[in-house]
Amino acid sequence: MAEILLEFKDLRIEATSYPPGEPPRHVVLVDGVSVAVEKGKVLGLIGESGAGKSTIGLSAMAFGRGGVRLTGGQILLNGREIRTADAAGLRALRGREVTYVSQSAAASFNPARRIMEQVIETSISHGLMNKSDAEARAVDLFRQLGLPKPESFGTRYPHQVSGGQLQRAMTAMALCPKPDLVIFDEPTTALDVTTQIEVLAAIKLAIVQTGVAALYITHDLAVVAQVADHILVLRGGKKVEYGTTDQIINDPREDYTRALVSVRSIEHAEKSEARALLSVASVTARYRGTDFDVLKNVTVDLAPGQTLAIVGESGSGKSTLARVITGLLPAAQGRITFAGRVLSPDLLGRSKEDLRELQMIYQMADTAMNPRQTVGTIIGRPLEFYFGLKGEAKRQRIQELLDQIEMGKGYIDRYPAELSGGQKQRVCIARALAAKPKLIICDEVTSALDPLVADGILKLLLNLQAEAQVAYLFITHDIATVRAIADRIAVMFKGQVVRYGQKSDVLAPPYDDYTDLLLSSVPEMKLGWLEGVIAGRKMESAGN
Amino acid sequence: MHPVLKLVVQRLALGLVLLLAVSAVIFLGIEALPGDTAQAILGQAATEVSLANLREKLGLNEPALTRYFVWLWAALHGDLGVALTNGVDIATAIGQRFGNTLFLAGCAAVISVPLAITLGLVAARYNGRWPDKVISGLTLTTISLPEFVAAYFVIFLLTQVFPIFQPVAMVFPGMSFWAKLNAVALPVIVLVMVVLAHMMRMTRAAILNVMQSAYIETAELKGLTPMQVIWRHAFPNAIAPIVSVVILNLAYLVVGVVVVEVVFGYNALGQYLVDHVTKRDLPVVQAVGMIFAAVYIGLNILADVISIGANPRLRHPK
Amino acid sequence: MKMPFSAMLGIFLTSSFVFLAVFAQFLAPYSITEASGGVWEGPSATHWLGTDTIGRDIFSRLIYGGQITIFVALASSVLAFSVGSFFGFMAAVRGGWADQIMSRIVDLMMAIPSLIVALVILSVLPLNLTVLILVIGLLDSTRVFRLSRAVAMDIAVMDYVEAAKLRGERQTWVIFREILPNALSPLVAEFGLRFIFAVLFISTLSFLGLGIQPPLADWGGMVKENKDGLVYGKSAALMPAFAIAALAISVNLVADWILSRTTSLKGGRGG
Repeated sequence: MAEILLEFKDLRIEATSYPPGEPPRHVVLVDGVSVAVEKGKVLGLIGESGAGKSTIGLSAMAFGRGGVRLTGGQILLNGREIRTADAAGLRALRGREVTYVSQSAAASFNPARRIMEQVIETSISHGLMNKSDAEARAVDLFRQLGLPKPESFGTRYPHQVSGGQLQRAMTAMALCPKPDLVIFDEPTTALDVTTQIEVLAAIKLAIVQTGVAALYITHDLAVVAQVADHILVLRGGKKVEYGTTDQIINDPREDYTRALVSVRSIEHAEKSEARALLSVASVTARYRGTDFDVLKNVTVDLAPGQTLAIVGESGSGKSTLARVITGLLPAAQGRITFAGRVLSPDLLGRSKEDLRELQMIYQMADTAMNPRQTVGTIIGRPLEFYFGLKGEAKRQRIQELLDQIEMGKGYIDRYPAELSGGQKQRVCIARALAAKPKLIICDEVTSALDPLVADGILKLLLNLQAEAQVAYLFITHDIATVRAIADRIAVMFKGQVVRYGQKSDVLAPPYDDYTDLLLSSVPEMKLGWLEGVIAGRKMESAGN
Repeated sequence: MHPVLKLVVQRLALGLVLLLAVSAVIFLGIEALPGDTAQAILGQAATEVSLANLREKLGLNEPALTRYFVWLWAALHGDLGVALTNGVDIATAIGQRFGNTLFLAGCAAVISVPLAITLGLVAARYNGRWPDKVISGLTLTTISLPEFVAAYFVIFLLTQVFPIFQPVAMVFPGMSFWAKLNAVALPVIVLVMVVLAHMMRMTRAAILNVMQSAYIETAELKGLTPMQVIWRHAFPNAIAPIVSVVILNLAYLVVGVVVVEVVFGYNALGQYLVDHVTKRDLPVVQAVGMIFAAVYIGLNILADVISIGANPRLRHPK
Repeated sequence: MKMPFSAMLGIFLTSSFVFLAVFAQFLAPYSITEASGGVWEGPSATHWLGTDTIGRDIFSRLIYGGQITIFVALASSVLAFSVGSFFGFMAAVRGGWADQIMSRIVDLMMAIPSLIVALVILSVLPLNLTVLILVIGLLDSTRVFRLSRAVAMDIAVMDYVEAAKLRGERQTWVIFREILPNALSPLVAEFGLRFIFAVLFISTLSFLGLGIQPPLADWGGMVKENKDGLVYGKSAALMPAFAIAALAISVNLVADWILSRTTSLKGGRGG
């Protein structure tokens, strides 16, 4: 058996939060977790939000964010107990034995200092290297991580480089002092999918080449499967399952793990082409005061009761398309036809019937509901506004809608703050359904949710479509979601539709370059996928 | 042009426009309000004939806009006209008094700025613990006091309960520097009290804001000592907000000085202004009002320029 | 939820002040002008807080002075609020040139310290209650304008406001049902702060001799009347000074509490 680097024994972490104007609230974040990391191995920590994975990650440096306290158990690093170490002892290990890569490198770099100064800071202040050695090592790491112009990269300020580059620079910063262990805390989550794979590949390569051990924290099992040797599945601060990556992915023992592995495996048979309910014809749009078209000549159709998925990365113009269809941003050119009528480009020019038949659901359910209104008021308003329902009839219909979104009784008088993330999104769906629309625009409706909750929402949307024959314009950056729900797909890139057609055609070769890149960048839940993709891309570039 | 330079030039230009607009408001705004300078001078008992004569003499029959430009042109050449009440040249009268005001405000600034920053640092360092609570509690009290109330509490305490100082602050030309300092001790204490609270609270907030940034956590996770964290990572980012806090409060000090001068009978610009408001001597009020506004606007622009200059995103564009 | 001690103290003191002010005529032992004792007498059974520079009962004058101070402060902060929040919301919801014009005017007004503006204006206008209330209220409305505009802008970009617009709701519904309920609590707390500002402002003006004119007197005026006594160790000027401080601090305590509550209210706008 290999030598053990880090071991948690019966770890317990607690926190006290101080909500303003309320008595302090005491919570247990991590309860009785034991796990070990061997030298040079990578342990993946996986779980949904609130699972305690980041908290455990930081505890490997005996660090608690805010009011977080490491209250019980042992944390053994290189055989020493560090949970109870004094300040000097902690400083000696932080940045030297253990280093940290955060989710948002953009916020984690000091905006006032050059990247190089920050990357080599630890190596120098801990007396590990002299300045020129540290700089040479930093440049090597920049090169290894595939950063452009590695010799001069460090002279730039953090705001002068892109998010993906900054994430790699932070990895260099973590590796520079030659630590025993690096904590990666969701390092690719905030990135676009095509950038994510580059950073992921760079991180993986760096781990392999330096032989460093790592804790890799993420909510995405497919990502962690590419880098980890072992995986610890967490839920609500407790250990669910621990095993080798192979065992967790291919032979999960616990129900919860099985659910995580099989997430996004919704099967949805594509519906055949039909006459269009919505057609967007040659639409071009730009924001006021700019001289740049965010949408260029976009043409798409959507049939009644079907789903058109608009796929693209940030900046592709997919959300702008939604704003143009709803009339919030009037199109500069082109025409939108809906249910046989030509829609006025501007919201103010549309009839109440137009508005009723075209509803919208947002990414952040939190901000999509007025926090001062109850669920009943939120769902009831469209009933009152469009159909003039009042009193008991309205209440009855609200309850029907709540039943439809599988929430049942007892929610009608609650405020949004009293609901979970998934429930909030369900209420937003009910509000849209209340108008009896023909089309619902869904703007990244599952992106802010944990995978299992997102799955539930997708299933609900599919059921509702079958019942109510409503069409969806589904905007997303996530290919897995598209597979699960779309009949037709439009791939957008820099304001243009680069690929468009029935799902079976769009997701089958031959691909255009961008769609190929996009599809091949989506992590798959199998071992060795990353190596396969990287090898494939290298061959291509060698072939060119 | 470098973006920093461009922004600074823009900001200065905006300041000039603002100053011009303020001068127009002060001059024309007064004209637009009901009331008449001639009437104000001669009182309700004045006859029509004497009113008409005075209006003629003061040039009040010209259109307001013409008089504004005449006034502005003269003011730009250092000619602020003569006081209606005693015929003294306003620029000369202001000259001496402005020096006295600056001396008082300067003394208060020299004491309050380092004190406020130190206390702000201490409060931020011990955020939520007893030193912070004591400092914050005390400053909350002084924030609730108008300057003159604070002044009389201080006077009563330091001249009656503990008779250390004289309750009036007279300075006159020819006094030695130390004698002057001694004379202004009480008003300076009051001004420091009043301005310290705001400055300290804003400094504390600025430092806490920086200390809560993710890059401070990064620095802590690098195993740096608290001093290294503050010196290398917090300080370069906190300097700009602190400097602008300090300058904004100096602008506030310029106003606080008006009331304090009246309380202590200190012969300076604020006292002069209040006297002539009571006498309804408009040319003096306009001139002194303009000077206070100009100092205030100038300090605000300075604060903006410093924070523009300290912003790394602007200093090192992409 | 339990009310903290500081808030209870603040509410108790504030309501005591208001009670004394409202029933001044019935509570004051002497009239406001009556010289009922010697000059600057100390506290006694007949004059609880002593007498002033011409032998009037300080306690009675404090009660009447409180009436004037609180009335002027309340009237001008109500004015500041109505004007400031109306135009602030308008600017936020309308946007465009209406917002530009209003915001630039406010920028201009705020480019000069309020006290200086007030002094300049009061050098021309007659000194009476209406003028004082108008001047203080309008000068203060600039701050309310900025706050309510900022708060409304924050809320106006929320998805639920967009959802209401997409539903086809009228602008009045959007303002009164979607924006206002969420803007109310920060504005209520701000009202307390504006009230304090108005108390300090009117007191300062009166102290400078440019506020309430004799024989009426608010607290600031009373400090002015009695300030010379301090040199002889007569503390008469400190009583109204203390009253100003006490009122300001107690309203501050209440406002602080409301402000801390707004973030924790059920369905509040988050922490």
